Amino acid sequence: MKYSVDENGFYGKFGGAYVPEMLFPNVEELRENYLKIMAEPDFQEEMQSLLRDYVGRPTPLYFAKRLSEKYNTNIYLKREDLNHTGAHKINNTIGQILLAKRLGKTRIIAETGAGQHGVATATVCALMNLECIVYMGEVDIERQAPNVARMNMLGATVVPAASGSKTLKDATNEAIRDWINNPEDTYYIIGSVVGPHPYPDMVARFQAVISEEMKAQLLEKTGSENPDYVVACVGGGSNAAGAFYHYLDTPEVKLVAVEAAGLGIDSGESAATSVLGKEGIIHGSRTLLMQTEDGQVTEPYSISAGLDYPGVGPLHAHLHQSGRAIFESITDEEALQAVLELTRLEGIIPALETAHALAAIGRLGAKPEEVVVINLSGRGDKDLATYLDRFNFDGK
Amino acid sequence: MENRIQQLFAQKPKGLLSVYFTAGFPSLEDTVPIILELEKNGVDLIEIGMPFSDPLADGPTIQQSSEVAIRNGMTIPKLFAQLQDIRQHTQIPLVLMGYLNPVMQYGVERFMQKASELGIDGLILPDLPLSDYVREYKELFEQNGLSNIFLITPQTPEQRIREIDAHTNGFIYMVSSASVTGSTTGQSVVNTGYFERVNGMGLRNPGIIGFGIHNHETFTQACNHASGAIIGSAFIKALAKEGSLTENISTFIQSIRQNEIA
Ligand SMILES: Cc1ncc(COP(=O)(O)O)c(C=O)c1O
Repeated sequence: MKYSVDENGFYGKFGGAYVPEMLFPNVEELRENYLKIMAEPDFQEEMQSLLRDYVGRPTPLYFAKRLSEKYNTNIYLKREDLNHTGAHKINNTIGQILLAKRLGKTRIIAETGAGQHGVATATVCALMNLECIVYMGEVDIERQAPNVARMNMLGATVVPAASGSKTLKDATNEAIRDWINNPEDTYYIIGSVVGPHPYPDMVARFQAVISEEMKAQLLEKTGSENPDYVVACVGGGSNAAGAFYHYLDTPEVKLVAVEAAGLGIDSGESAATSVLGKEGIIHGSRTLLMQTEDGQVTEPYSISAGLDYPGVGPLHAHLHQSGRAIFESITDEEALQAVLELTRLEGIIPALETAHALAAIGRLGAKPEEVVVINLSGRGDKDLATYLDRFNFDGK
Repeated sequence: MENRIQQLFAQKPKGLLSVYFTAGFPSLEDTVPIILELEKNGVDLIEIGMPFSDPLADGPTIQQSSEVAIRNGMTIPKLFAQLQDIRQHTQIPLVLMGYLNPVMQYGVERFMQKASELGIDGLILPDLPLSDYVREYKELFEQNGLSNIFLITPQTPEQRIREIDAHTNGFIYMVSSASVTGSTTGQSVVNTGYFERVNGMGLRNPGIIGFGIHNHETFTQACNHASGAIIGSAFIKALAKEGSLTENISTFIQSIRQNEIA
C-alpha cells in the first residue's frame, strides 16, 4: 500500500483537484512549482533558520511521568504547543509564506477555525510585511475571541463568514471565493491537509518536521525511533499528517487519528467524519465528507472550533479506508475531562482540539512496556473562556 | 445527431440570451412555470441550477437562492420529477448546471441517463476537472447526447482553451472577468482584449459570455464580442421581487432586450 500522493494528486481514490476553472491557473501554478521551490537550497536554508530561531524548533519530546503512571504505559508528549503562536499551525505558514514570496504574490488570504491558523498566518505576514486577510466563521469569532484580538493586533483583517454553519467550512468557502476574485496577486495559505492538490501534500510536507524530530528524539530517549502508537487529533488533519508522516510506511507503528464526536456520534451534533461521512467532494478534494443523501454538506458540530469541519483531508480518508490508521472519536465532555487531567497531572493546559487526542489514551490498550506519543498540537490559552465557563473551580 | 444546443447556434449565431435560475427558488414548484415563461419571452437557452449547499464559484445572490431552494426541498430526484414531461411543452435548449457532489451522490451514470431521457441537452459542472471528464466521463456524455460545457476565464492559458475546445461540442462559457457570480462592480464587462484574443483563436465552438451581465448595456456589450450572453444573479434578483412570476420575468427580459427583436 502506498501512502504518498500519486502524480495526479490522489491518495488511493481520494484527493485530486476538483476546482472550478477560475481557480485552475492558480492551483496549476502551485502544482508546477511547489516541489521545485521547496527543494531549492536557499528556500530550505531560510525555512530551517526561521523554524529554529523564530518558531523555536525543535520542540521538546517530553516524557509525561504522572500521565504515564495513571495509564500504566509510557507516554511522551510532542510539544507543538511550545511553538511560537502556540500550535503546530506555524510550521505550515512559515513554509507557505516563503513559497508565496517566491511566486511573487503580495496579498495573503487564509481561513481559520480555532484562530490558530489565522494567528499563524497573520504572524508570518507581519514578519514578511504582506497584506493579510483571514476569513473566520461568525460562531468561531465569538468562541475564539482571544485569537481574533491577536490577528487584529498583528495587522490582519478578519472577515466574518456568515453563511451556513458560520464555522470553518464556511470560512473556507469565503477564502476560496476571494481567491477566485483575486487570481493574480493573491496567495491562499490553506491551514490543513485539505483543499485541491497540491495543498494536502504540501501542507503534510511542511508539518512532517514533527515526526522527523520525533524519530530522533525517541531514538535518544528510548533506543528506538519507533513508538508503538502515535496519537493525534484530526480536524482537517494537518497535525496528524505531520505526526504520522515518517511512520506511514512503518506498519508496526500504530497511527491513531482522533475525531470530534461532539455531543455523540448519533446525536446529530458531531464532527466525526470517518464514521458519519461518505465519499464526496468538498473544497476541491475527493474525500470523506458528512452529507445528506442528496449530497448537501451537513453542518458539523464540535465544542472545538478547530475540529468542527465536515470533511477530512484525503490522506486521512485513505488511511481510514486502507485501515492504516485507527480512528477514534471523542465527545465534548470527554475532551473537557482530558483538559483537566493533563492540566492537573502535568501542569500543561492543552487546546480543546488537542484534548481529543489526550482523551483517547485510555482507549489504546497500551501495555506497560509500550511507548505512546501524543502530538500535543496546541496550548489552551485561546480556550480559557470555555474552560472557565465549563469547570467549577470553587473550592477545588 | 445534433442536440438542441447545436441546432440553436447553427440557426442563430448572434445575440443569444441565456438565462440561469436556481431550481426550487423562489418556490419549490416554480421550475416548469419559469422555463415556460422564459421561452414565451424570447429567451434562447435556459440553465437550470441544481442547488448545492457550498457553491464555491457563486456570489451572495446564488448562495441565497440555493439555500432557499434546498430549504424548500429541492433535490435532484425532485427536479427530475418536475421535468418529466417538459419536452411535451417546450423545445428550448435546456442545460443543467450544478456542482459535482450532488451528482456523484445520485450516481453520475444514472444522472446522465435520466437527463438524456428527459430531453436535457447539456451540463455545466464547474468543479468537474477537464482531465477527469476526458478520462472518465466523456464517453458517457456522448452516449447520452449531452454537451458538456466548460468555463474559461481571462486567466485560462491558450493551450488549455484549445484543449477545452477540442473536448466540448456545445459552446464555451466565457467567464467575463475574474470573479464569482453576481459581481456587478462597474457597468462594463468589456474585457475586450480577452474576448478578442479568444475570438482570434478560430475555435470550433461558439462562445457565450457570462458572470456580471445584469442589464441591457452589459448584455449588448457582451453580444458584441460573442454569440450571446448569460444572465444569472440579476435574473434571480428579479424573481425575488414583489409581484407575480409572470410579470417579473417579462419585465426583466424586456429590460434586457429592450427594442431588440428576440
Ligand atoms: C491546536 C490545534 N490542534 C489541531 C487543530 C486541527 O487542525 P488539524 O487537523 O489540521 O491539525 C487545530 C485547528 O485549528 C488547532 O488549533
